[in-house]
This record gives sequence, structure tokens and C-alpha cells, in this order.
Amino acid sequence: MELVNPGIGLVFWMLLAFGVVLFVLRKFAWPAIMQALKEREQHIEEALHAADIAREEMKKLKLDNEELLRQAKEERDQMMADAKKVRDKLLDEARQRGTEEADRIVASARERMENERMAAITEMKNQIAEMSIEVAERILREKIQTPKDHESFIEKVLREKQHLS
Amino acid sequence: MKVIDIKRFRILLLITFVSLISFSPRVYAAGGHGEEGFNAGEMIISHIVDAYEWHILSIGHTHVSIPLPVILYDEGQWHVFSSSKFHHGTESYKGYELATEGALKGKIVRKAADGSYIRPYDFSITKNVLGLFIASALVIFIFLYIARMYRVTRRHAPRGFQAIMEPLIIFIRDEVIKASIGEKYYERFAPYLLTLFFFIFFNNLMGLIPIFPFGANLTGNLAVTGILALFTFLTIVIRANKNYWAHIFNTPGVPWWLKFPLPLMPIIELVGMFIKPFVLMVRLFANITAGHIIILGFISLIFVFGQSNVFAGFGISILSVVLAIFMNFVELLVAFIQAFVFTLLSAMYIGSAVEEHHHEDHAHAAEHH
Repeated sequence: MELVNPGIGLVFWMLLAFGVVLFVLRKFAWPAIMQALKEREQHIEEALHAADIAREEMKKLKLDNEELLRQAKEERDQMMADAKKVRDKLLDEARQRGTEEADRIVASARERMENERMAAITEMKNQIAEMSIEVAERILREKIQTPKDHESFIEKVLREKQHLS
Repeated sequence: MKVIDIKRFRILLLITFVSLISFSPRVYAAGGHGEEGFNAGEMIISHIVDAYEWHILSIGHTHVSIPLPVILYDEGQWHVFSSSKFHHGTESYKGYELATEGALKGKIVRKAADGSYIRPYDFSITKNVLGLFIASALVIFIFLYIARMYRVTRRHAPRGFQAIMEPLIIFIRDEVIKASIGEKYYERFAPYLLTLFFFIFFNNLMGLIPIFPFGANLTGNLAVTGILALFTFLTIVIRANKNYWAHIFNTPGVPWWLKFPLPLMPIIELVGMFIKPFVLMVRLFANITAGHIIILGFISLIFVFGQSNVFAGFGISILSVVLAIFMNFVELLVAFIQAFVFTLLSAMYIGSAVEEHHHEDHAHAAEHH
């Protein structure tokens, strides 16, 4: 029965045909196909990996940004607080200095007034003294007119002086 | 949408028409030469075996067929002539004729002096050989085209026909070749196994298309499946490592008295080496042939019933065609499964032939405990 008894012709042609198909595909088709598939798979793998890395980095960047923002805010707050402190201090200082200045002015005015009063008093004293001396001189000149009187008076003064010392 | 619908409708119409002209008259003609009645068995066998002409259809007694070249080598001489010289087997030419009976029925023979048939070396381009050439050309064309597409698309998504074939290529590569042979050696055998799979798959599919230039029953022919199995066998023998040969001639993990003085195990292993490709050959042949026989059987029913009563023939034709269509769908599945099984088993045999040593030890330790 032919069904289970193949002829030599078909065996020969099959050997040839399949051999040719195998040779041609092995040489010209499969290397290109396998290579391209492999390349694409690698490419996709790499792309996915890169995307993962990028996503990770984005997350980190976002975190960094948030951190930066937070820091900036903090810094701003700090600066504002500092500025306020400085302002307060300046104000305080200014106020204090103003008070001091005012005090100083008042004090110096008071001092000057005192000085002038003292000067006036001294002047007054001097004038009183001069006037007293003049009065005394006149009195003396009225009393002591002769040399004898003169001498006795000197003697009397000296004695008093001696007595005193 | 509309365009697609019309297209679908046209294809449907074409299929209906083609099945009408290709089934009905042809079957009658093939089975019922003359009016002696319809012989289903003869009709079926004549459809699955080889022929010297490619029969397309017959209308009444007019046969439309393509004559094919006959190439004979006989008694040191080459003879090349057209098969039309035989006039469909009714005449002889140069002393050669188509045998009408016996084991060589339908083959080109020469009548010896004592009346017995002598068969010359027959290298004719028969229907199967032409079908084989067409299939081979198609496979080569398709894969060269796809290879070119891959050079164009490179890292980009596959397009068109390339996109249809790619899942298959990747499936065979990953699930069959890589899984059976392993990461280390699979690339060496991938071209052969992929070629094997697609060659069988395309031939299976083409065998299901009943019109010229398809319909040659190639993978249902022992010569074809035998050569395919031979390629797998040769690949194993040439590429097998020393562990494989050691496994055959000095099977590890087996008691010594099974190897000496009577080398029982080596004989069993050696026979197994040949049985494996033999089973590959028979499995593919039997599956495809059986599928064709069932489909043709269903169709034959129409004519068997039609002989007793024309209306019974028409009546049974509804059931027959439905069953035949169902079988055709099953055969589509079988076309893939058998190509897959052939490739998978080849890959597994090759895989075991190039396996590293320690795997075998483990396997045997497990087997004998």
C-alpha cells in the first residue's frame, strides 16, 4: 500500500527541498530575526529600567524641592524674625539713646545754670567784698588821721595777729 | 466597517463557491471512474496519496489537471517526459505505464517479460513534490520577507505580517526551544527548530486548502515526515555530548548485571535512540492523514447516500458539510498542535543530548530511589 510505502522520489526531493529551506532560513532569515528580537527585548528592558530610574529620581527631586522650599521658608521666617529683633533692638537703642541724650542735655543745662548761678554769686561776693573794703577804707581814713594814730593802730593789729597766731 | 463587511461577505461567497466546485464534481470523478459506482475508500486514498498529475476538477468525463514531468532512472538511463503521455493512466509510453492493480497501483512501472511489474527509480515531479516546492518557496519567501521587515523595524513594534508571525516565533523560542534545551545552548538549535516548526505548520495548513496550488498531502506522507525526523535524528547524533553517549552505552544508576555479560540496557537505549525519531515520523503522518480521511469520509457520505437516492444524498449533505467544516476547524488546531509537538519533542531530544552531566545524575538518582 502506497500510504505506508513512500517512493524514493519524494524522499529525495524532500531531502533537497527541506535542506534548501533550512540552509536559506538559517543563513539569511533566523539570525536577523533572532538578533532583532533580542535587541528589541533588551531595548525594552533597558527603557523600562531607565523609566524606573527616572521615576525614582523624579521622586527624589520632588522631595529635594520640597526640602528646599521648606528650608527657604524656614530661612525666610528666621530672617524675618531676625529683622524684627534687629528692628526692635534698634528702636530700643534709639529710644534709649534719645532718653540719654535728653537726660544729658537736661543735665548739662542744669550744670550750666548752676555754673552761672555760682558765677553770679561769686561776682556778687566779690562786689560785696570790694564794697566792704572800700567802706572799711573810708572808715579807716576817717579815724586815722595822724601818724601817731597810724602807728598805734598798726601795733594794735599786729598784737592781735600775734595773739591769734 | 461597511467595507470590511463586504469584504467578509465576498470571502464567504468565494469559500462557498470554491467548496462547491472543488468538492462535489471532483469527488465523483476521483471515486467513480466510469459508472461502476462510488467507492469511498478508493476515493479517500486517491486523495491522500501522490499522483503524477495535479487534478483540479472534472466535469463529466473532462478532466482538468496539470500534467507534471516524469523523471525516471532505469537500467542506467534517464527518461524525462510529461505525465500527459499516459492520458490519465490509460496509455503506456516508452514501455512505461501506470500500474492498475497490486501493491504498485498508480505508480509508474515497466512490465517485465514474465508479466510482473518492475519499478524504475522514480524521481518524478509528482503532485507532492510540486506541492513541496511551492510550500518550500512560500516558507522561504515569507521568512526572508519577515527578516527584512525586522531589519527595517529594528527596535520598533512589528508591522503587518511580521506582527502575525512574531508571537509564534517568540512562543516557539521561549516555551519550546529555551524551555527544552536551556539558556546555554538554545541559540545553536533555534534556527533548525524554528524552521522545522514553521515548515510543518505551513504544510499542515496548506494541506487543508483543497485547491491548487495547495492541497498536496505532504505532512501526511511518510517520506516527508521521515526526512524531518531524520534531520532531528542527525542533529542529535552529531551534536550529542559525551554524557549522552555514556548514558546510552553505560547507563548510570543501573545494576552492572543489566550491562554485562548481556548488554541489555545498551541495547534498549540504542533501540530507543532510533524509536524516538521513528515515533516522531509516524505521529505526524498518522495525525494528518487521519484528519484528512475523516473529512473526506464525511464528504463521501453524501455520495454513498446519493447513490441509493438523490434526495437522501442532498439530505445527508447538510450534516456532512457541517461535520466536515467542524473537522476542518479541528484540523486547523491539529495543524498547529502537531507542528508544535514535533518541534517540542525534537527540542527535548536535542536538549537531553546536550545536557550537562549533573542533571542526568540527579534524574537517575530520583528514578532509582
